[in-house]
Amino acid sequence: MRDVALTGAPRKARAVTARRSWARFFRRRTAVAGAIITATFLVITVLGFWVTPYPPTATDYSHTLAPPSLMHPAGTDDFGRDILSRLIAGARYSLGMGLSAVTLGAALGSIWGVACAFNGGFFDNISMRVADILFAFPGILLAIAIVAVLGPGLTNVVIAVGVFSVPSFARLVRAPSLAAMGQEYVHAARAIGAGGARIMFRHLLPTALPPIIVYFTLRIGTAILTASALSFLGLGVQPPTPEWGAMLASGRLFINVSPQLVIAPGVTISLAVLGFNLLGDGLRDALDPRLRT
Amino acid sequence: MIPILFGVSLGAFAFLHAIPGDPARLLAGPDATLEDVRAVQSRLGLDRPLFVQYAYFVRNALGGDFGRSYRSGAPVRQVLGEHFGPTLELSMASIGLAVVTGMGIGTLQAVRRNSVPDYLSTVFSVAGISTPAFFLGLLLIYVFSVDVHWFPTGGMSGLHSLVLPAVTLAAASAAVIARFTRSSLLEVVGEDFIRTARAKGVAARRVLMRHSLRNALIPVVTLVGLEFGFLLGGAIVVETVFSWPGLGWLLIQSIGFRDYPVLTAEILLFSLQFLTINLVVDVLYAALDPRVVYA
Repeated sequence: MRDVALTGAPRKARAVTARRSWARFFRRRTAVAGAIITATFLVITVLGFWVTPYPPTATDYSHTLAPPSLMHPAGTDDFGRDILSRLIAGARYSLGMGLSAVTLGAALGSIWGVACAFNGGFFDNISMRVADILFAFPGILLAIAIVAVLGPGLTNVVIAVGVFSVPSFARLVRAPSLAAMGQEYVHAARAIGAGGARIMFRHLLPTALPPIIVYFTLRIGTAILTASALSFLGLGVQPPTPEWGAMLASGRLFINVSPQLVIAPGVTISLAVLGFNLLGDGLRDALDPRLRT
Repeated sequence: MIPILFGVSLGAFAFLHAIPGDPARLLAGPDATLEDVRAVQSRLGLDRPLFVQYAYFVRNALGGDFGRSYRSGAPVRQVLGEHFGPTLELSMASIGLAVVTGMGIGTLQAVRRNSVPDYLSTVFSVAGISTPAFFLGLLLIYVFSVDVHWFPTGGMSGLHSLVLPAVTLAAASAAVIARFTRSSLLEVVGEDFIRTARAKGVAARRVLMRHSLRNALIPVVTLVGLEFGFLLGGAIVVETVFSWPGLGWLLIQSIGFRDYPVLTAEILLFSLQFLTINLVVDVLYAALDPRVVYA
């Protein structure tokens, strides 16, 4: 079906649009910088344990709280652990939590949003009211409440941070899907006997894809910030796991003598979030200029 | 607003009672016998069915009575009252700071578009959005408290102890407001009525203040309202960093102690504040933009 519909002129038009989007993206230096930072962090996350100069949990009591040096580029902490190694190993936790939380939120939110648009009526109405209630909560408060119930830990932080992205994704997906519901091709699909699931995921959801991609990227930054804040408050990943927020929390006791314990993880978090934010801004301008604020 | 609050109260109540761990056991102490724990449970009403507990909670909450704190034994209303002032002080100072610097910088950027200050401000605002508040707070403590002793590292002791927490909390909001003011103003400046005003000889300053800013600020007001809500959430982290004895600090303490009555009341209070802000924003919106009419 899809191939038949997309031969000739429409397919060519789509290719031209894609090329224009990429051109718009690469014209912006900040967008490219964001892409490079993000890619670097992702490579570090994947390579993780193999590229750390020292084992991230190996203690060395003869070199505690050492300032940055050639041996330890970011210094060592109060147990003599190499901070750079811990930051590299920690990418898996900090970025991993951000990515999985937003993936969870996007998946649930998209299904919810497209279901609202498809079913309409009472279901849609109630859903949007529930979304309003979730919106009435500041995200971090909701996340703290969820973690307080489920208990601290990696999985629970992912759930807590993921849940508060759900209503935003639902709204984001609902609007374009609702618009598509009135389009002829959806009527046509229905007329040839396409089922509800097929219409929702094959015909409605793709119309919302550009905003989903943009918001997904922008949301990762927020998710990393929230997840590390939870760990900083002692509600997230617990030491000695080398999660960046937890590292910062345990380092704050030594801020007088060894500021690198706070500065190194802090700068790492900021840089990672910055990368995703720049990338997201660039994608928004390239894919969906109307969303620009 | 009322149904939302009701939903929130039900959610908060159900949520907090799902927290693992028994506050009665915690309160009775480590050496308590089973009978002691039972006695504490019945004193707090924790041995009743959950829906009965909720019914009592709603009835009392409507009269402003949220029970007593498990931790200190003081009435919850009194506990919240003690911590409300500091949070109000901190968030007012922060939103004021964020609005003044954010709108100021944003206006400057729009007026001097594509200049060096514009470019620098953009860089700073992106950095401001990306820096976690707890890191910024600790960085400020390191520079201004540990190094030069200008401000205290934490606690609440007069106006100078307010500076660092307020700046920390305001930074991200100021960055967002600046960005938004800039783009909103740039959009308005391109409108026909601005060209008309210029053409009929209105002074540049008056065009900016009367014609451009007033229209550009309409969407900014909504944003400030949203930011104020975020600020209340951000206060949880910032108050913890600076040991500022506000509601956010209390929240984290109460979670550690499973102080249900305080937690429930606090979540309700946070939601009430957030909803109130949204309402105020709607009203302000109508006042600023005569085109908006509420039936």
